[in-house]
Amino acid sequence: MKVIQKGMAGTLESSDVLVVVSPNDADDIKLSLQSKVEKQYGNAIRKAISETLAKCGVTGAKVDVRDQGALDCVIRARVEAAVYRAADEKNVKFGGQS
Amino acid sequence: MKLRRSMMFIPGSNAGMLSNSYIYKPDSVMFDLEDAVSLTEKDTARHLVFNTLQTNLYDGIETVVRINGVDTPFWEDDLDMAVRGGVQIVRLPKTESVDDVKEIEQRIEKIEKDCGRKAGDTKIMAAIESACGVVNSVAIARSTPRMVAIALAGFDYLVDMQTSRSAGSEPELFYARAAVLHAARAAKIDAFDVAYGDVNDDAGFLREVEIAKNLGYNGKSLIHPRQIDLLHKAYAPAQKDIDHARQVLQAAKEAQEKGLGVVSLNGKMIDPPVIHEAQRVILLAENA
Repeated sequence: MKVIQKGMAGTLESSDVLVVVSPNDADDIKLSLQSKVEKQYGNAIRKAISETLAKCGVTGAKVDVRDQGALDCVIRARVEAAVYRAADEKNVKFGGQS
Repeated sequence: MKLRRSMMFIPGSNAGMLSNSYIYKPDSVMFDLEDAVSLTEKDTARHLVFNTLQTNLYDGIETVVRINGVDTPFWEDDLDMAVRGGVQIVRLPKTESVDDVKEIEQRIEKIEKDCGRKAGDTKIMAAIESACGVVNSVAIARSTPRMVAIALAGFDYLVDMQTSRSAGSEPELFYARAAVLHAARAAKIDAFDVAYGDVNDDAGFLREVEIAKNLGYNGKSLIHPRQIDLLHKAYAPAQKDIDHARQVLQAAKEAQEKGLGVVSLNGKMIDPPVIHEAQRVILLAENA
Protein backbone atom coordinates (compact mmCIF):
# COMPACT_ATOMS: atom_id res chain seq x y z
CA MET A 1 0.00 0.00 0.00
CA LYS A 2 1.20 3.50 -0.78
CA VAL A 3 0.98 6.08 1.97
CA ILE A 4 -0.60 9.19 0.43
CA GLN A 5 -1.80 11.10 3.49
CA LYS A 6 -1.50 11.23 7.25
CA GLY A 7 -3.31 8.33 8.92
CA MET A 8 -3.81 8.00 12.65
CA ALA A 9 -5.15 5.21 14.88
CA GLY A 10 -5.19 4.55 18.60
CA THR A 11 -5.28 6.62 21.76
CA LEU A 12 -3.01 7.69 24.59
CA GLU A 13 -5.00 5.63 27.11
CA SER A 14 -3.24 2.98 29.17
CA SER A 15 -2.69 -0.32 27.31
CA ASP A 16 -3.15 1.45 23.97
CA VAL A 17 -0.78 3.01 21.46
CA LEU A 18 -1.17 6.04 19.20
CA VAL A 19 0.21 5.49 15.71
CA VAL A 20 0.59 8.21 13.05
CA VAL A 21 1.67 7.15 9.56
CA SER A 22 2.66 9.91 7.10
CA PRO A 23 4.10 10.09 3.57
CA ASN A 24 7.86 9.94 3.24
CA ASP A 25 9.70 11.31 0.21
CA ALA A 26 12.32 8.58 0.53
CA ASP A 27 11.59 4.88 0.07
CA ASP A 28 12.35 3.91 3.62
CA ILE A 29 10.71 3.76 7.05
CA LYS A 30 11.47 6.60 9.47
CA LEU A 31 10.29 5.29 12.83
CA SER A 32 9.97 7.43 15.93
CA LEU A 33 9.06 5.47 19.06
CA GLN A 34 8.17 6.70 22.52
CA SER A 35 7.25 4.05 25.04
CA LYS A 36 7.14 3.89 28.81
CA VAL A 37 8.38 0.30 28.53
CA GLU A 38 11.00 0.89 25.84
CA LYS A 39 13.87 -0.42 27.94
CA GLN A 40 12.15 -3.76 28.49
CA TYR A 41 10.18 -4.16 25.25
CA GLY A 42 11.58 -1.66 22.76
CA ASN A 43 12.96 -4.32 20.43
CA ALA A 44 9.75 -6.33 20.49
CA ILE A 45 7.68 -3.21 19.77
CA ARG A 46 9.89 -2.24 16.84
CA LYS A 47 9.68 -5.78 15.50
CA ALA A 48 5.86 -5.76 15.66
CA ILE A 49 5.76 -2.41 13.86
CA SER A 50 8.19 -3.37 11.11
CA GLU A 51 6.54 -6.77 10.53
CA THR A 52 3.12 -5.14 10.24
CA LEU A 53 4.36 -2.49 7.82
CA ALA A 54 5.98 -5.21 5.70
CA LYS A 55 2.77 -7.28 5.75
CA CYS A 56 0.88 -4.21 4.51
CA GLY A 57 3.47 -3.68 1.77
CA VAL A 58 4.57 -0.30 3.09
CA THR A 59 8.17 0.55 2.16
CA GLY A 60 8.14 4.35 2.44
CA ALA A 61 6.56 6.12 5.41
CA LYS A 62 7.16 8.19 8.49
CA VAL A 63 5.80 6.32 11.50
CA ASP A 64 5.33 8.06 14.83
CA VAL A 65 4.43 5.71 17.68
CA ARG A 66 3.54 6.66 21.26
CA ASP A 67 3.07 3.50 23.27
CA GLN A 68 1.23 3.31 26.59
CA GLY A 69 2.05 -0.30 27.37
CA ALA A 70 0.04 -1.90 24.57
CA LEU A 71 0.11 -5.64 23.93
CA ASP A 72 1.67 -6.94 20.72
CA CYS A 73 -1.78 -7.55 19.18
CA VAL A 74 -2.85 -3.96 19.91
CA ILE A 75 0.34 -2.52 18.37
CA ARG A 76 -0.19 -4.57 15.21
CA ALA A 77 -3.88 -3.57 15.05
CA ARG A 78 -3.15 0.14 15.44
CA VAL A 79 -0.34 0.12 12.86
CA GLU A 80 -2.57 -1.73 10.39
CA ALA A 81 -5.46 0.68 10.91
CA ALA A 82 -3.22 3.75 10.58
CA VAL A 83 -1.70 2.38 7.35
CA TYR A 84 -5.10 1.68 5.79
CA ARG A 85 -6.18 5.20 6.68
CA ALA A 86 -2.93 6.68 5.38
CA ALA A 87 -3.36 4.79 2.11
CA ASP A 88 -7.07 5.72 1.97
CA GLU A 89 -7.71 2.02 1.36
CA LYS A 90 -11.18 0.80 2.35
CA ASN A 91 -10.85 -2.80 1.14
CA VAL A 92 -9.20 -4.40 4.16
CA LYS A 93 -7.58 -7.80 3.64
CA PHE A 94 -7.97 -9.48 7.01
CA GLY A 95 -5.75 -12.50 7.30
CA GLY A 96 -4.11 -11.70 3.97
CA GLN A 97 -7.17 -12.88 2.00
CA SER A 98 -8.79 -10.92 -0.82
CA MET B 1 -22.04 -29.63 27.27
CA LYS B 2 -21.16 -25.91 27.19
CA LEU B 3 -21.90 -23.49 30.00
CA ARG B 4 -23.30 -20.18 28.82
CA ARG B 5 -24.04 -18.32 32.04
CA SER B 6 -22.15 -15.12 31.42
CA MET B 7 -21.65 -13.27 28.15
CA MET B 8 -19.65 -10.14 28.83
CA PHE B 9 -19.76 -7.20 26.42
CA ILE B 10 -16.40 -5.63 25.52
CA PRO B 11 -16.29 -2.55 23.29
CA GLY B 12 -14.32 -3.53 20.19
CA SER B 13 -12.63 -0.14 20.12
CA ASN B 14 -11.25 -0.30 23.67
CA ALA B 15 -7.68 -1.62 23.57
CA GLY B 16 -7.34 -1.82 27.33
CA MET B 17 -10.49 -3.86 27.85
CA LEU B 18 -9.66 -6.17 24.94
CA SER B 19 -6.22 -6.73 26.48
CA ASN B 20 -7.37 -7.46 30.01
CA SER B 21 -10.93 -8.80 30.18
CA TYR B 22 -9.99 -12.47 29.91
CA ILE B 23 -8.83 -12.38 33.55
CA TYR B 24 -12.47 -12.25 34.72
CA LYS B 25 -13.16 -15.63 33.10
CA PRO B 26 -16.67 -15.17 31.73
CA ASP B 27 -18.12 -18.16 29.88
CA SER B 28 -18.34 -16.04 26.72
CA VAL B 29 -16.96 -12.66 25.63
CA MET B 30 -18.77 -10.53 23.12
CA PHE B 31 -16.52 -8.13 21.21
CA ASP B 32 -18.90 -5.37 20.24
CA LEU B 33 -18.65 -3.56 16.91
CA GLU B 34 -22.15 -2.10 17.15
CA ASP B 35 -23.46 0.32 19.77
CA ALA B 36 -20.25 0.57 21.80
CA VAL B 37 -18.19 1.75 18.82
CA SER B 38 -18.53 5.25 17.36
CA LEU B 39 -19.16 5.66 13.65
CA THR B 40 -15.64 7.03 13.14
CA GLU B 41 -13.91 4.04 14.78
CA LYS B 42 -15.69 1.10 13.11
CA ASP B 43 -12.60 0.45 10.97
CA THR B 44 -10.04 0.57 13.79
CA ALA B 45 -12.26 -1.61 16.01
CA ARG B 46 -12.24 -4.33 13.35
CA HIS B 47 -8.43 -4.31 13.33
CA LEU B 48 -8.33 -4.50 17.14
CA VAL B 49 -10.79 -7.36 17.36
CA PHE B 50 -9.16 -9.29 14.50
CA ASN B 51 -5.72 -9.08 16.09
CA THR B 52 -7.10 -9.97 19.51
CA LEU B 53 -8.69 -13.07 18.00
CA GLN B 54 -5.24 -14.13 16.70
CA THR B 55 -3.87 -14.36 20.26
CA ASN B 56 -4.43 -17.03 22.91
CA LEU B 57 -5.69 -14.49 25.47
CA TYR B 58 -9.23 -15.85 25.36
CA ASP B 59 -8.42 -19.55 25.15
CA GLY B 60 -11.09 -21.47 27.05
CA ILE B 61 -13.57 -18.59 26.73
CA GLU B 62 -16.16 -18.64 23.96
CA THR B 63 -15.65 -15.73 21.56
CA VAL B 64 -18.54 -13.77 20.05
CA VAL B 65 -18.49 -10.74 17.76
CA ARG B 66 -21.55 -8.51 17.62
CA ILE B 67 -21.70 -7.11 14.11
CA ASN B 68 -23.64 -4.05 13.05
CA GLY B 69 -27.18 -4.63 11.81
CA VAL B 70 -28.00 -5.61 8.24
CA ASP B 71 -29.59 -2.17 7.78
CA THR B 72 -26.16 -0.47 8.16
CA PRO B 73 -23.23 -0.11 5.73
CA PHE B 74 -20.92 -1.87 8.22
CA TRP B 75 -22.18 -5.41 8.65
CA GLU B 76 -20.47 -7.02 5.65
CA ASP B 77 -17.01 -5.74 6.65
CA ASP B 78 -17.72 -6.76 10.26
CA LEU B 79 -18.69 -10.25 9.19
CA ASP B 80 -15.69 -10.60 6.88
CA MET B 81 -13.33 -9.72 9.74
CA ALA B 82 -15.08 -11.94 12.28
CA VAL B 83 -15.22 -15.09 10.15
CA ARG B 84 -11.67 -14.69 8.81
CA GLY B 85 -10.53 -13.90 12.34
CA GLY B 86 -11.82 -17.24 13.58
CA VAL B 87 -14.52 -16.06 15.96
CA GLN B 88 -16.72 -18.86 17.26
CA ILE B 89 -20.06 -17.04 17.15
CA VAL B 90 -21.43 -14.05 15.25
CA ARG B 91 -24.13 -12.16 17.12
CA LEU B 92 -26.71 -10.55 14.86
CA PRO B 93 -28.42 -7.54 16.47
CA LYS B 94 -32.05 -6.55 16.00
CA THR B 95 -33.04 -9.86 14.41
CA GLU B 96 -36.64 -9.62 13.26
CA SER B 97 -37.10 -12.44 10.77
CA VAL B 98 -35.66 -15.60 9.27
CA ASP B 99 -34.65 -13.50 6.25
CA ASP B 100 -32.23 -11.53 8.45
CA VAL B 101 -30.55 -14.77 9.53
CA LYS B 102 -30.47 -16.23 6.02
CA GLU B 103 -28.75 -13.11 4.67
CA ILE B 104 -26.02 -13.45 7.30
CA GLU B 105 -25.78 -17.21 6.85
CA GLN B 106 -25.26 -16.99 3.09
CA ARG B 107 -22.55 -14.40 3.55
CA ILE B 108 -20.81 -16.50 6.22
CA GLU B 109 -20.86 -19.54 3.91
CA LYS B 110 -19.11 -17.55 1.20
CA ILE B 111 -16.44 -16.15 3.54
CA GLU B 112 -15.75 -19.57 5.08
CA LYS B 113 -15.25 -20.99 1.58
CA ASP B 114 -13.02 -18.07 0.52
CA CYS B 115 -10.73 -18.25 3.55
CA GLY B 116 -10.59 -22.02 3.86
CA ARG B 117 -12.50 -22.26 7.11
CA LYS B 118 -14.53 -25.42 7.62
CA ALA B 119 -18.10 -25.03 6.36
CA GLY B 120 -20.51 -24.51 9.25
CA ASP B 121 -17.75 -23.74 11.74
CA THR B 122 -18.98 -20.19 12.42
CA LYS B 123 -22.04 -20.24 14.65
CA ILE B 124 -24.77 -17.61 14.95
CA MET B 125 -26.55 -16.01 17.88
CA ALA B 126 -29.63 -13.90 17.19
CA ALA B 127 -30.45 -10.96 19.42
CA ILE B 128 -34.16 -10.32 19.76
CA GLU B 129 -34.80 -6.62 20.32
CA SER B 130 -38.32 -5.87 19.08
CA ALA B 131 -41.92 -7.03 19.25
CA CYS B 132 -41.54 -8.40 15.72
CA GLY B 133 -38.44 -10.35 16.76
CA VAL B 134 -40.21 -11.82 19.79
CA VAL B 135 -43.22 -12.88 17.71
CA ASN B 136 -40.90 -14.53 15.14
CA SER B 137 -38.48 -15.98 17.69
CA VAL B 138 -39.44 -19.64 17.17
CA ALA B 139 -38.75 -19.43 13.43
CA ILE B 140 -35.54 -17.46 14.06
CA ALA B 141 -34.30 -20.00 16.60
CA ARG B 142 -34.96 -22.85 14.17
CA SER B 143 -33.71 -21.06 11.06
CA THR B 144 -30.27 -22.68 10.75
CA PRO B 145 -28.10 -25.39 12.35
CA ARG B 146 -25.57 -22.61 12.96
CA MET B 147 -27.88 -21.02 15.53
CA VAL B 148 -26.57 -21.94 19.00
CA ALA B 149 -28.34 -19.33 21.14
CA ILE B 150 -30.75 -16.45 21.12
CA ALA B 151 -30.51 -13.42 23.38
CA LEU B 152 -33.24 -11.07 24.50
CA ALA B 153 -32.09 -7.42 24.47
CA GLY B 154 -34.26 -5.36 26.77
CA PHE B 155 -33.57 -1.72 26.00
CA ASP B 156 -34.64 -1.58 22.35
CA TYR B 157 -37.45 -4.06 22.98
CA LEU B 158 -39.00 -1.88 25.68
CA VAL B 159 -38.72 1.21 23.49
CA ASP B 160 -40.51 -0.73 20.75
CA MET B 161 -43.19 -1.76 23.26
CA GLN B 162 -43.64 1.88 24.34
CA THR B 163 -42.79 1.14 27.95
CA SER B 164 -39.76 1.26 30.26
CA ARG B 165 -37.96 -0.80 32.87
CA SER B 166 -39.64 -1.12 36.27
CA ALA B 167 -38.30 -2.44 39.55
CA GLY B 168 -39.50 -5.68 41.10
CA SER B 169 -40.97 -8.47 39.02
CA GLU B 170 -40.58 -6.58 35.72
CA PRO B 171 -43.96 -7.41 34.15
CA GLU B 172 -42.98 -5.44 31.04
CA LEU B 173 -40.46 -8.16 30.14
CA PHE B 174 -42.53 -11.17 31.17
CA TYR B 175 -43.98 -12.11 27.78
CA ALA B 176 -40.73 -11.56 25.87
CA ARG B 177 -38.70 -13.53 28.40
CA ALA B 178 -41.11 -16.45 28.26
CA ALA B 179 -41.51 -16.37 24.47
CA VAL B 180 -37.77 -16.15 23.68
CA LEU B 181 -36.94 -18.89 26.17
CA HIS B 182 -39.63 -21.18 24.72
CA ALA B 183 -38.28 -20.53 21.23
CA ALA B 184 -34.79 -21.50 22.39
CA ARG B 185 -35.95 -24.66 24.10
CA ALA B 186 -38.11 -25.68 21.13
CA ALA B 187 -35.02 -25.34 18.93
CA LYS B 188 -32.76 -27.05 21.51
CA ILE B 189 -30.47 -24.04 21.76
CA ASP B 190 -29.39 -21.74 24.61
CA ALA B 191 -30.95 -18.49 25.76
CA PHE B 192 -29.45 -15.34 27.28
CA ASP B 193 -31.48 -12.93 29.37
CA VAL B 194 -31.21 -9.13 29.09
CA ALA B 195 -28.27 -7.10 30.39
CA TYR B 196 -28.73 -5.20 33.65
CA GLY B 197 -27.59 -1.62 33.22
CA ASP B 198 -27.01 -0.37 36.79
CA VAL B 199 -23.63 -1.90 37.61
CA ASN B 200 -23.69 -0.49 41.16
CA ASP B 201 -27.01 -2.12 42.05
CA ASP B 202 -26.05 -5.67 43.06
CA ALA B 203 -29.41 -6.33 44.72
CA GLY B 204 -31.34 -5.34 41.60
CA PHE B 205 -29.00 -7.38 39.42
CA LEU B 206 -29.39 -10.47 41.59
CA ARG B 207 -33.15 -10.05 41.66
CA GLU B 208 -33.15 -10.14 37.88
CA VAL B 209 -30.75 -13.10 37.81
CA GLU B 210 -33.17 -15.02 40.01
CA ILE B 211 -36.04 -14.34 37.59
CA ALA B 212 -33.98 -15.47 34.59
CA LYS B 213 -32.59 -18.53 36.37
CA ASN B 214 -35.98 -19.67 37.63
CA LEU B 215 -37.50 -19.28 34.19
CA GLY B 216 -34.74 -21.51 32.81
CA TYR B 217 -32.37 -19.11 31.04
CA ASN B 218 -28.82 -20.37 30.58
CA GLY B 219 -27.45 -16.99 31.60
CA LYS B 220 -27.35 -13.28 31.01
CA SER B 221 -25.64 -10.71 28.86
CA LEU B 222 -23.35 -8.64 31.11
CA ILE B 223 -21.93 -5.15 30.75
CA HIS B 224 -19.46 -5.11 33.65
CA PRO B 225 -16.95 -7.70 34.94
CA ARG B 226 -18.12 -7.33 38.56
CA GLN B 227 -21.40 -8.96 37.52
CA ILE B 228 -19.65 -12.19 36.46
CA ASP B 229 -18.85 -13.53 39.90
CA LEU B 230 -22.29 -12.56 41.25
CA LEU B 231 -23.94 -14.37 38.36
CA HIS B 232 -21.83 -17.51 38.61
CA LYS B 233 -22.49 -17.78 42.34
CA ALA B 234 -26.21 -17.31 41.80
CA TYR B 235 -26.19 -20.13 39.25
CA ALA B 236 -24.21 -22.44 41.55
CA PRO B 237 -26.30 -25.46 42.57
CA ALA B 238 -27.18 -26.17 46.21
CA GLN B 239 -25.13 -28.80 48.06
CA LYS B 240 -28.08 -31.21 48.23
CA ASP B 241 -28.46 -30.98 44.45
CA ILE B 242 -24.73 -31.61 43.99
CA ASP B 243 -24.90 -34.64 46.30
CA HIS B 244 -27.90 -36.04 44.43
CA ALA B 245 -26.23 -35.44 41.06
CA ARG B 246 -23.12 -37.33 42.21
CA GLN B 247 -25.29 -40.26 43.33
CA VAL B 248 -27.07 -40.30 39.96
CA LEU B 249 -23.80 -40.25 38.03
CA GLN B 250 -22.30 -42.95 40.26
CA ALA B 251 -25.35 -45.15 39.70
CA ALA B 252 -25.13 -44.57 35.96
CA LYS B 253 -21.43 -45.45 35.98
CA GLU B 254 -22.02 -48.66 37.93
CA ALA B 255 -24.87 -49.68 35.63
CA GLN B 256 -22.65 -49.13 32.61
CA GLU B 257 -19.81 -51.19 34.15
CA LYS B 258 -22.24 -54.04 34.85
CA GLY B 259 -23.67 -53.82 31.34
CA LEU B 260 -27.12 -52.98 32.64
CA GLY B 261 -29.50 -51.22 30.26
CA VAL B 262 -31.48 -49.64 33.06
CA VAL B 263 -30.02 -47.29 35.67
CA SER B 264 -31.61 -47.20 39.11
CA LEU B 265 -30.93 -45.29 42.34
CA ASN B 266 -32.52 -46.32 45.65
CA GLY B 267 -34.93 -48.55 43.75
CA LYS B 268 -36.08 -45.84 41.35
CA MET B 269 -35.35 -45.91 37.63
CA ILE B 270 -33.26 -43.04 36.28
CA ASP B 271 -34.10 -41.70 32.83
CA PRO B 272 -31.43 -40.32 30.47
CA PRO B 273 -32.70 -36.71 30.96
CA VAL B 274 -32.05 -37.09 34.71
CA ILE B 275 -28.48 -38.19 34.00
CA HIS B 276 -28.05 -35.26 31.64
CA GLU B 277 -29.35 -32.86 34.30
CA ALA B 278 -26.96 -34.40 36.86
CA GLN B 279 -24.05 -33.77 34.49
CA ARG B 280 -25.18 -30.14 34.13
CA VAL B 281 -25.38 -29.70 37.91
CA ILE B 282 -21.86 -31.03 38.38
CA LEU B 283 -20.56 -28.79 35.58
CA LEU B 284 -22.18 -25.77 37.24
CA ALA B 285 -20.73 -26.75 40.61
CA GLU B 286 -17.25 -27.20 39.19
CA ASN B 287 -17.38 -23.79 37.54
CA ALA B 288 -19.15 -21.85 40.29
